[in-house]
Amino acid sequence: MWEYTDKVLDHFKNPRNVGTIENPDGTGMVGSMACGDALKLMFKLDDEGRIADARFQTFGCASAIASSSALTEMIKGMTLEEAENVTNKEIAEFLGGLPEQKMHCSVMGREALEAAIANYRTGESGRKMLEGKVVCNCFGITEEEITRVVRENDLKTVEEVTNYCKAGGACGACVPDIEALIETTQAQMAKTRSEQAAPARRLTIVERLHLIEETIDREIRPLLKKDGGDLELIDIVGNRVVISFRGMCAQCQVAQFTMKDVVEAKLREFVSDDIVVEEDKS
Amino acid sequence: MKNVYLDNNATTRVAPEVIEAMQPFFSELWGNPSSMHYFGGQVGRYVKRAREQVARLLNADPSEIVFTSCGTESDNTAIRGGADAMGGRVRLVTTRVEHPAVLGPCRYLGEHGHEVVELGVDSSGQIDLADVRKAVDGGHTLVSVMWANNETGVVFPIREIAEIVKEAGGVMHTDAVQAVGKIPIDVTETPIDMLSLSGHKLHAPKGIGAMYVRKGTKLSTFMIGGHQEHGRRGGTENVPYIVGLGVACELAARHVEEERTRVSALRDKLEAGILANCPDTRVNGDRENRLPNTTNISFSYIEGESILYHLSDVGVAASSGSACTSGSLEPSHVIRAMGVPHTAAHGSTRFSLSRYTTEEEVDFVIEQMPPIVERLRKLSPFV
Repeated sequence: MWEYTDKVLDHFKNPRNVGTIENPDGTGMVGSMACGDALKLMFKLDDEGRIADARFQTFGCASAIASSSALTEMIKGMTLEEAENVTNKEIAEFLGGLPEQKMHCSVMGREALEAAIANYRTGESGRKMLEGKVVCNCFGITEEEITRVVRENDLKTVEEVTNYCKAGGACGACVPDIEALIETTQAQMAKTRSEQAAPARRLTIVERLHLIEETIDREIRPLLKKDGGDLELIDIVGNRVVISFRGMCAQCQVAQFTMKDVVEAKLREFVSDDIVVEEDKS
Repeated sequence: MKNVYLDNNATTRVAPEVIEAMQPFFSELWGNPSSMHYFGGQVGRYVKRAREQVARLLNADPSEIVFTSCGTESDNTAIRGGADAMGGRVRLVTTRVEHPAVLGPCRYLGEHGHEVVELGVDSSGQIDLADVRKAVDGGHTLVSVMWANNETGVVFPIREIAEIVKEAGGVMHTDAVQAVGKIPIDVTETPIDMLSLSGHKLHAPKGIGAMYVRKGTKLSTFMIGGHQEHGRRGGTENVPYIVGLGVACELAARHVEEERTRVSALRDKLEAGILANCPDTRVNGDRENRLPNTTNISFSYIEGESILYHLSDVGVAASSGSACTSGSLEPSHVIRAMGVPHTAAHGSTRFSLSRYTTEEEVDFVIEQMPPIVERLRKLSPFV
């Protein structure tokens, strides 16, 4: 059996928001019976342009059903601009994680959402269209889609790419192409990282403080504000960064736990990879 | 919670008689059967008896039985040891629906200088004898065709296939892991040269297998080492498990008639009950030539893993050929080889019974299945 989290099993056994919406504002459909999983997503907007209702129908395994259910719960109340920024990682995190081999279920959710938003904006069919060069013919996965999962999830091997978007999972003829795509994408990512990263010389204490503040402002605060929360930088002691959550975040135990990890990951990415984040609860 | 175990093609419950027979070999009878003293010698007698019990189930001579560690080892020994003993470039003829324990070694040899022919099957999972005839024609051939398929239960005409192979001068192996104990097997009527069987598929524990090697068959030793098994398989005998397998084979011989009558009637009841109560379902594979305990049913528009998790929730254990359960992204190679349409392939579900299955259990599954199917179809965008 797969090691599914309780949350995955809960959303599989008691899926939220199943069904269709009459006169939806947007409809997106990805996958097919041949692929082994498919998701049809519909949403309706309220007067302020926020998603008032989201419904789904899914053909697929337990994690595909759970990912779809999670997605509909996540996007309710969001504006389309906010919904657009939902990543497959966030869907997986909402569920407390998915087995590696099942990450493609979360990617399917993100793709269906994009197709539905595109359908709303352009009026074009909500069926996900193949754009650009198809790399994996078996599952119809394009260069752009592969590059995207590599970038968003920092993937390094073909096996990981297969887990996230199925590409390379059948006949295997495209494996060399996927390898090449991973290499170029990772090289680009490394370049971006080094451009953003701190200069090679040792930072002064003031520079380090500024860099940490900048990173929090740019990378972390917007995420928290979405949910009505905020955070404050309390102290920096060597590699220890002490922070405190404010607003909505302060009451939410579960969110705090994951947000602390997010803050740490971002600071490690942009400031220094030995940073340890601690939470001040006083 | 209930425990309705309908996954007996994956593994079986160890028979209580088998467990009991094995016990002394973990405690007082721990000698080495090869020893030249009373303490080992007394153990050797039990190994001899187990060999006779296995031989009797197949109507073979005890000297033609070799104990191995599992079905996979038996298959590897037959295919790799068989090809090696034949010498030169061998044409390996097999089918696309074999177990990986056969396909793996065949393809391995294919990458190492031998020729491999994988025969296809029709939509009922059956093989065309004309294809076999063509494949063995004029070749230096080693043929490995399974007696019965693990996923669909489809039984191949092994006797006819073996006759064709022998007539063309080839060597014939059959992976009978799923067939032994479920249907009668008589090697005096079926001209095979080698056969593989596995203990845990017939109510012995995991970790013990055997092969039948017809007298005179050339076979290179796969497990090279000591003189055990007449030099055909080195390594100190796994005495407790060998004894267990012997008892399991004796029990199987006693119950094989019950498989044909009672078990197959329960299977038919289960199959008919599910087909009658769940629309858009189909049985995969030849229903005439089939193991008495197996049914493979496809539920259109829904996916196998979801079915299994819901069944598991009510205490029913089954199996699926869907992509998601295998950890791969495609449905099982058997279902694909049969050309089962995509609408049905991902929802294929296997129920495999045993002599321990009761009518009450079958009734329970017939009752549980429709709401599960209905629930998942409500979720499906294709209904």
